[in-house]
Amino acid sequence: MANVLLVAEHDGDTLNPSTAKCARCAADIDGAELHVVVFAADPSAVAEQAAALDGVTKVVTIAHAVHAHALAAAIAPQLVELAADYDYVLGPSTTFGKDLMPRVAALLGVNQISDIMSVEAPMVFKRPIYAGNAIVTVEAPAGSKVVATVRTASYRAVGSENAAATIESVEPAAEIPGHTRFVELQTGASDRPDLQTAARVVSGGRALASSENFDIIYKLADTMGAGVGASRAAVDAGYVPNEMQVGQTGKIIAPDLYLAIGISGAIQHLTGIKDAGTIVAINKDEEAPIFEVADIGLVGDLFSVVPELTEALS
Amino acid sequence: MEKILVGLKRVVDYNVRVRVKNDGSGVETDGVKMSINPFDEIALEEALRIKERGEASEVIVISMGSQDAQQQLRTGLAMGADRAILVETPESVDPLSRARVLLSIIERESPDLVLLGKQAIDDDNNQMGQMLAALWSRPQATFASNITFQNGAATVTREVDAGLETIEVDLPAVITTDLRLNEPRYVKLPDIMKAKKKPLDTVAVADLGIDGAPAISETAFAPPAQREKGIMVDDVASLVAALKDKGLI
Repeated sequence: MANVLLVAEHDGDTLNPSTAKCARCAADIDGAELHVVVFAADPSAVAEQAAALDGVTKVVTIAHAVHAHALAAAIAPQLVELAADYDYVLGPSTTFGKDLMPRVAALLGVNQISDIMSVEAPMVFKRPIYAGNAIVTVEAPAGSKVVATVRTASYRAVGSENAAATIESVEPAAEIPGHTRFVELQTGASDRPDLQTAARVVSGGRALASSENFDIIYKLADTMGAGVGASRAAVDAGYVPNEMQVGQTGKIIAPDLYLAIGISGAIQHLTGIKDAGTIVAINKDEEAPIFEVADIGLVGDLFSVVPELTEALS
Repeated sequence: MEKILVGLKRVVDYNVRVRVKNDGSGVETDGVKMSINPFDEIALEEALRIKERGEASEVIVISMGSQDAQQQLRTGLAMGADRAILVETPESVDPLSRARVLLSIIERESPDLVLLGKQAIDDDNNQMGQMLAALWSRPQATFASNITFQNGAATVTREVDAGLETIEVDLPAVITTDLRLNEPRYVKLPDIMKAKKKPLDTVAVADLGIDGAPAISETAFAPPAQREKGIMVDDVASLVAALKDKGLI
């Protein structure tokens, strides 16, 4: 029977929803038994959340002060040691997983499969390339360990009704190098729903023209209980911080409803939203490529349309 | 520091809309404009700025592939790199084998810093820097948006999902660059002329004695699923009505 080891992503207290999405992907690997590993300073709270995920049979915890912040250099050697007992080692295709998993793959002497969007057979997967302009079917070499990241936007989270998983603490012997040190994390603290998991997302583009003007996007989002995103152009122009970028090199998201406001719709942006349930585009340029993918399009001046929409929804 | 090594990958230009071949055997690259991977261009720009600040003395650019990759290396030299190395390989090399090739060049050149783009815009793998750092047993700082140096270490701000993370890594190290690290310079004509005289060494991959890694095979290519054409509405009231129809508000 195949064994899958999934690396949990968390902030020390709360399991990131990316883990439950990866668990759905793992369930597509025929007959696989799924274990989750939690690296943390104190893994207890996160381990319980991971143990509740449907399909998980065991949670392995590694408690070490260095794991208070996720450093690939510290996690990788320990994860490699644990990987000896598994056929698959999975992580999310978030900045956490993208940073960590290739380091693990290289230490295990295998190539990594990045951004799994579907499992076709136990060693065969589909993944996007060229900003999603092509989907390639890839096959891992027979008999080799599979190290992969999962494109979380392609999967729904599994439920968390599981009561059968055990939690086991282990202490890997692998030495943790001291050459990499955490300094600080600056987060744009916000009460809004998290961009990567929000059911509704409102994004603004370059047409907002200033950081102040972005207020109308925030107002609309707050009226709808939505997360807020932005195009690369809006981030590059300094209207909003980097963590709001949606697209090929930013966040790949799949909300039920996505509102693209003043976003022209470069392919690099579209690749970040193509799994959204319904895409609404508001743009004054009727030729904008965003209208080619929008389910509902409205040609108009965002500075009058957006306040009107906010008013209509409040 | 003494040397900075910068990887430049030759990729289909950022502005080309890539299409899958009709027979599903790959993507159409015949006659398509090729360029330096944009993230690698940012890596080179950063290396040049570090050198111009007097914090490094030599910038070496390296590429892997056919002789065609000389074009991208010459562009790198015209931007300001001091010399170039082309590792000539069969057209397609898997990321782990590429990391092994880079490692063997590192063992010859002993750079203090390796700067790479965070991902190539063709395969979108986002692996090389991390793999190289692992094989080299050195630190990695991925997705960099700011880099400074002090006392043999680099302080790197990283663009992560939660915001901006800062880490400190001892040198030598591998740093991979994100979009907002800098804006690469334009190449001027006299620099292109000067670049023709700069050294460009070709090394055959066979001479490096690298063990090839078991590659992941690509068995089929397909265009992405298309979304169905939607509807256009004339005003906010119709938009709200359409959203209500779908049960979204």
